[in-house]
Order: sequence, then C-alpha cells, then structure tokens
Amino acid sequence: MFQHDGLNSELTFFQKVKNLDYILLFSLILLAIVSLLVMYSTDGGEILYHTKSHFIKVVIFFSLMLVISFFNIKIWHIASYFIYFIILLLLIWVSIYGIKVSGSQRWINLYFIVLQPSELMKIGVILCLAKYYHRLKIDNVNSFTGIFVALTIIIVPIILVLSQPDLGTSILIALSGLIILWLGGVKIKYFFISFLTFLISLPFIISFLKPYQKLRILTFLDPDRDPLGAGYQIIQSKIAIGSGGLGGKGFLKGTQSYLDFLPEKHTDFIFTLFSEEFGFLGSVGLLILYSIIIIRIIRIAVISRSNFAKLFCFGFAFAIFIYIVVNLSMVLGLLPIVGSPLPIMSYGGSSMLATMIGFGIVLSAKINHKQMIA
Amino acid sequence: MIKGNSGIRKADIINRRMFIIGAAKLIIFTGIVARLFFLQINENKKYLTLSDKNRIREWKLPPTRGEIVDYFGNIIAGNLKVYQLHIIPEQIENFNYLISRLKTLLQLSNKQIDNIVKLKKKIKPWDSIIVSENLSWSQFLKINNYLYDLVGVKPVMTISRNYPFSDIYTHVLGYVSQPNEDDILENDIIQERFVPGMKIGKLGLEKTLENHLIGTNDIQRYEVNAYGKRINQLEYQKGKQGTKIRLTVDTEIQKLSAKLLKDKAGSISVMDIYTGEVVAMYSSPSYDPNLFLFGISQDEWQLIRNNPLKPLINKTLSGLYSPGSTIKPIVALSALENNIVSSNFKVRCTGKIELYGQTFHCWKKKGHGLVSLNNAMKQSCDTYFYEIARLLGVDRLKITAEKFGLGQKVLGEYFDNEKKGLFPNTSWKKNNLGKGWVLGETLITGIGQGYIQTTPLQLCLMTAQIANGGYSIKPKILVNNKPLTHEQAKKSMEDKNLNNSNTQLFKNKKNIKIVQEAMFSSTNEIRGTSYRSRIDDPKYQFAGKTGTAQVKRISKRERELDLRIDQIPYNDRDHALYVAYGPYKNPRYALSIIVEHGGSGSRTAAPIAKELFKLIIDRNQIREKQSNFEEIDI
Repeated sequence: MFQHDGLNSELTFFQKVKNLDYILLFSLILLAIVSLLVMYSTDGGEILYHTKSHFIKVVIFFSLMLVISFFNIKIWHIASYFIYFIILLLLIWVSIYGIKVSGSQRWINLYFIVLQPSELMKIGVILCLAKYYHRLKIDNVNSFTGIFVALTIIIVPIILVLSQPDLGTSILIALSGLIILWLGGVKIKYFFISFLTFLISLPFIISFLKPYQKLRILTFLDPDRDPLGAGYQIIQSKIAIGSGGLGGKGFLKGTQSYLDFLPEKHTDFIFTLFSEEFGFLGSVGLLILYSIIIIRIIRIAVISRSNFAKLFCFGFAFAIFIYIVVNLSMVLGLLPIVGSPLPIMSYGGSSMLATMIGFGIVLSAKINHKQMIA
Repeated sequence: MIKGNSGIRKADIINRRMFIIGAAKLIIFTGIVARLFFLQINENKKYLTLSDKNRIREWKLPPTRGEIVDYFGNIIAGNLKVYQLHIIPEQIENFNYLISRLKTLLQLSNKQIDNIVKLKKKIKPWDSIIVSENLSWSQFLKINNYLYDLVGVKPVMTISRNYPFSDIYTHVLGYVSQPNEDDILENDIIQERFVPGMKIGKLGLEKTLENHLIGTNDIQRYEVNAYGKRINQLEYQKGKQGTKIRLTVDTEIQKLSAKLLKDKAGSISVMDIYTGEVVAMYSSPSYDPNLFLFGISQDEWQLIRNNPLKPLINKTLSGLYSPGSTIKPIVALSALENNIVSSNFKVRCTGKIELYGQTFHCWKKKGHGLVSLNNAMKQSCDTYFYEIARLLGVDRLKITAEKFGLGQKVLGEYFDNEKKGLFPNTSWKKNNLGKGWVLGETLITGIGQGYIQTTPLQLCLMTAQIANGGYSIKPKILVNNKPLTHEQAKKSMEDKNLNNSNTQLFKNKKNIKIVQEAMFSSTNEIRGTSYRSRIDDPKYQFAGKTGTAQVKRISKRERELDLRIDQIPYNDRDHALYVAYGPYKNPRYALSIIVEHGGSGSRTAAPIAKELFKLIIDRNQIREKQSNFEEIDI
C-alpha cells in the first residue's frame, strides 16, 4: 500500500525536527518558565536553592525529553515491558533499602538525584498496559485472562507503593492504569460493577487506612476541626487562594507564602502561591495552558497510526489531567490532602523526570505518527 | 489484513472511549474553574480579611495619661520620660555573660536575675524582657557606653507618671501603679486598653477619674510571619492622651498648708464660700506618691505604714473627729432659728452645772459669769451651750446641722474614701444602739462631744455656708467655670438660690448675721479665744471659732491635776481645731484646721489660720485674674 513506503523508511534528522509538535513544545516551555518564576517567588524573590535546582532539572529533563522524542516510537514499544520491570525492581529495592523520611520509605539515593520510583511507575504502568492492549487480540480483551493480566500489571506496583506508604501516588497509578483498560475496550459493565463494589467496601477500606490518612479525610470533611493542626494546611491554602482575588496580589507579593503561612509551598501547594499572586485570571490562564497541552497530546493520539501510540498518548493525556485535577482539588479544598504534585510546576525531580519521559514518548509518537507497529 | 481490521476496530474503540473521557474532562475542568471563581471572586473579601488577620498583628502600647494641673495650670501630675532597659533573647550571643555584665553595671540582685532567667524561658525569643523599668540617667549613660559589649540589650525611652510636688498632693491625687487582676476586671476601659507595664490610678482622683485620664493606646501594626515574628512595621497609630484635668486647688496654699502642719498629724481645708471650689486640701503627714510608680520597696512601705502619725489616712475626708467648740456656731444658729433664745438671752456660768446627778464642766473652772450669746461664743463658754442645747433638744439641732452639711459626704463621688461622719439624734440612738437618748447626751452634743463625728472638710463647708450668708453651695475640686470676682461669685450664688428655697439654709437672715458677729468677736475682741491670732488689717481680717476636742473622758483626778500639754501622753492629748472665714468685710474663703492631739484650738490651730489667711487673700487677687481655661466637661 501507499503508506507502506514511509513505513519502514527511517526519517532523517531534519524531518524529525520538522515533525515536532511546536505548539506542545512551546506550551511546555512557557509552563517551565512560569514554574521557574513561581519557584523564584517561593525563594522570597531571590535565586536560592529551589530556583537553581528547579532550573537545572528543567534544563536536563527538557533535553532528556527531546532525546527520547528522537527515538522511534517502535523502540519504546519494544522497551515497554522492560522499562516497567526495571521500575518494578526499583520499587522492590525501595521497599528494602529505601530512604525513610518522616515515616515513609519512598526514595533511593542515586547521589546525583534522589529518585522516587513510584513517580516513574505512573508512566511505567501506562507504557506497559499500552503495549499489552496493543498486542491483545480484541476478542480476548474481556476474557478472564485478559483482564487478570492487566489488573496484575496495575496491582503489583500499587501494593508496593501502598506499603511505603503512599496513598496519593497509589491512587494516581491505579487511575493511570485503569484508563488504559477503559480505552482498551474492557466492558463498561465491569467498570460499573467494580465501582459499585468499591463504594460498598469503602467503609471497610477506610478501616484499613493508617491513622494519619483517616485524619486527612476527617480534616477534609471539616478543616475547622483542628485549625492549627491537621486542618492548618487546607485552611491556609484556601485563604491564600481566596485572598488572591481577580488579579492576584502581584508577583512576589503573596503574603501567605512570603510570611510562611503556606506549608509545602514548593511542592504540592505550588498552585496556591501561584493563585495568590496571579489571582483568578492567572489561575484560569494556567488551566488554559494545561488544557492546550492536554489537547495537543490527544491530537497526537488521534493522528497516530499505531494503537500503542494512541493508547499511550490518550493514557498520558488522561494521567496529566488527573494529576492536575487531584492537585487542584486538594489545594482548593475539594479533596482530602493526598500527596500529589502539579506536573512541571511542582518542585521535585522524580515527578518531573517521569512527566518529561512521558512527553518525550508523546513527541516521539508525533514525529513517527505514521509509524505502524506490528 | 485481518490483523489490520482488528487494529482498526481497536482504534475505533479507543477513539470513541477517548471522546467520552474528553467530555468528562471538560466538565471537571469547568468545575475547578467554578471553584476558583467561588473562592477568588465570590469569597474574596472573606479570605482577604483572613489573610490580613493572619499577617497583621497589633501591638498596643501604654496610653499616655492626661495631666492634672492646679488652678493656675501648674502640672501637679505629669508625665516624664523614663529610661528602661530591655533585652531581646534572640539577639543575645552569650546570655550568661550578658547577665553577669548587667548585674555589675546595674547592681541587680540575685532575685532579679532569677526573674529574668525565668521570664526568658516563658516568652518568645523575639519578645523583649524588661530588666529595669526606671534607669537613672547615670545608669542609662553607663549602659550606652558599654552598648558595644552588650549584644541583645536595648535601651528604651518611655513615659511614666510623675508628681513634681512630691507629697503635697498625695491625698488629693492618689497615685498610679501596676493594676492587679481586680482592677482590670472591674473596669472595662482598663481591660480594653491594658498592656503590660501600664499604670493605673490606685487612689484619689487618679482612681476616680481613671476613665478620663487614661488616654488611648498607641498602636503599632506589624506584619508577622507564621511563627509570630515581626517582619516589618506597617503603621504607627498615635493614641490620644487622656483628658487634661484642672483642679480648683492652689499649689502655693497647699504648700503652705504642708509647711504649717509639718511633723504634725492633721488637716487643712480651704474653700471658696461662693463657688464651693476647694482651694486647698491637705492631710498631714503625707508621703511621696512617686515611690509607688515602679513598685515601692518593702522598707519604704513599712516606714509609711508604721508611722504613728498615720500618713496613709486622708484625714481631711476620712478622719472623723469630734468638732468640739467649732460646732457652737451651729448650735447657736439652731437655737436662734427655732426661737428658743434671742441674742439677748443670758446664762450664768459658774464653771459647772449639776444636772440629773451628773456634773457638766465648763472649760473655765472659775466660770464666765453672766454671758450673752455673743460673749458665750467669743469665750466659748460651755455652760451657755449646755443650756441652750438642753432647751433646743438634739433632734432640732440635727436638722440645722445637716442643712449645713454635717453627716453627709462633701465631695461624694470623687473620693472613694470619704466618710459621712455622724450627727446623732434620739431615733438614731434607738435604732443603732438600742437605747433611749439621755438628756445629758444632748448637753455634750451642744459642745461638739459625744457621738457626733465630723470630717475636717465638713467643718469647712459648714463654715463656708455660714460665711456666705446661709446659702447652700456645691463643693467641687474640678474647675468647670471661669474665675469670678467677689461680686460675680456672690451674685452667681444668690441667683442660683433665688429660685430654689431648698438651698436657702436659714429662716431669718438676721440669725446668720448674729452668728457671724459672734465669730468675729471670738477672733477680734479681747478675751476672744483666738484673739491672739487675729489680723487687724481689714484686708486680711477674719472671723473664726476655736475647738478643742477631747479624745478621752477626763477623770476627776486629771481635772484636779490640770496638767500641761507636754505632761500628757501624745495619744491622750486633745485635738486642736479651728474654723474661720475671711476677709470679714467681704468674705470669700472659709477654712478648717485640725491638729491631732495638738492641745487647744486657740493655742495650736488658730495661729495656723493667721498664716494661711495672709496668703489666701493675696492669692485671691491672682486667682481672679487667672484666664485661658480650656473647656473641660467632666
């Protein structure tokens, strides 16, 4: 067939460059610049540790993204299972030799970076399941084995992450994986039934939660229960956002963050600071920027010829969306506090590494969108 | 191709399902925007307020008290800059070193050091500890010299109450000191404005006028961080100084009063007979109110407390004395008003009368012979007054006495410690002692002994109201009108009384005149009890009545011994009293003097009046010209 010619012929370097999604790329760069400005603000208007470190990460991981994008999507297809297993091994490694910080054992010290494998698993699970559903015959999708294997791919890392313990990341891994099951064609009935089962067993699950996790849920339901203790973060976060108003307090003028009322302002609560300083308009602007990014990923999924690329891109777009929704709902007081960073904005190496790997593969799918995968 | 078909079918499912998710995403994002809108636009004000509440802290500083000035505008309770030493723990490099340096520089006691160490553990490291509330100038200089060596030390200038005339006004003004818990709980204004280190009125006018004097706090607004540390000052709002209060008192007369009563226990009160203005009010001995500002030392306190002359008692208002013969003008007036006697009524005095099996002695053993009212008053003949009191009866006497201000508070609301005194009658005795009145008691009431108890200020008011022609006046200590000349003052008083029969204290004006003339004779005619203290110059000439109040019953043996004053133990000696008004021709001022255990009124109290009247009359000319009054509305 006519596509057959372009199919196996490798693209030249210039063709690759030409095929990059520049709207997506520039949106990402814009987001990176915003994140650097906000980081500068968290440092109190000085270029201190967080700004420097974030800048270095942005530069390294953007380069990494471009490098990844220049590999053919076929290679990522081939490497998918392998990557998944590597991350799984890292998770096992963490559970044995990991660094313990305030009761959680989540990190491996690689000396140049402190790695959090659970963050990588958010991408790993998408990659692995994309390949799995790409290869699975459509008639087997709803067979017992088909679903069992897919669920195993999700559940094994979740058990490891839950044991760290890290509820937030576990949920995100679960959601990232389930979306691929959904896209892969698992019957809606099954989703419906499992959802009901989940609801019914919710009280049972809650009884298994750690005390601090229960406290978070209680706090979410009524933050004023303990305004100086567990409810403090969410109350202060709402005050910061609410006091931002339409146009915000102005760059570097967020009193809530500047005067240390905001906890974890570099990481999970970065949006709070942004919203305090840039207000409703700024926040909506940021959401639009994220929306453009997500839409561009979906567009790449739509034009991709291989189902692997489609599944990965759709899955990744959904994952990004979920990260944003969970993070924002948390800081806006719509969800209990679960540790979940805002993509690219939040300070944190592993989260950005995972995100940028994801974008690298997305861009690779764009460059090679005509590539068929057997 | 089958594979291809399968791939295409799969792609269809993926695309279709993606579409559903896409729609869900849109809805969720809209929800988030709606939430943002709700928080940032709808509830913006609420959160902005909360954010300000978070970051802005107010620090109240002690308010500046209003000044109190005398009639001429001299400050008698003012504010003085004082130097304090604060230390700020977080700035200190070496706490132990600093403390040992301060200990030698300021001679701090070990107890003070312990307090500082204790306080340091209690407070936040950026709050300051007051090491010394009141540094002397030399200490302040010393600290400033060594400041390079004293890291964490902050010399601070602040404002403190100051009483420039020391003990002259203590019983009028009271003093300020640290409030205790009750002081704060009882007064809402103090509660609202209280800050550590603030002083409030504990006694006297400082206490009763607290709400006017207190002033409002200076307020510092700081931006603070989440840990409460001050980041920067946003605003300094100057408070309003308390109301300046002008008193009717004259410092010169007050000073002379203090001088005349030096080393004696007693009281001097001077009053304007028309306006009721208290020109002087001194209780002796007094004490220095400045001692209480920074906490009085135990030794100084014991010294004041154990002084046998009782400096802590305001004798003018809370000292209760038998008026002795100073009551006689009222007894005479009452008898005249009730038509018991006329001015021609005469009694023969033989030195004593026997009645109901008791002997009542006149002070003069030989007796005065046949005496008229004028003569009896002049020589203070007790026999005469026994007789008219007997004829009058105590109940009628009480009515007259109360009209003239005995048995009730004079300044009332302004002094918590003012006493009402007591003027007895038959029903009082029955109700309070449960016994019937005995006629003999009427007799001794007629010479101001027995149950009757008066304060020096009551006697002063009584005299003033006789002097002004028998009109009721309202005594006052706060200035609320411009100075008046003699004619203006008299007219103003009479106008006030014209439309009000309640304030006219006499039935027949002639009777007042008779009493006035008798008091004149007592001072200015030969054999008058205060003749030796008279002033002949009509400008200063005054009329008065002496009194000698027994503090214990005189036994028969003592009467026979007739001891000289220095032969009697101090606490058994009679109180010396004197009431007077002047100048006689155009009277303006009345006074009362009491010297506790001073012996006789004519020998001890009357000479004091002579000294006082010279000054009082001279000061009157200046007083009438005094101008530039601010309007005070209290």
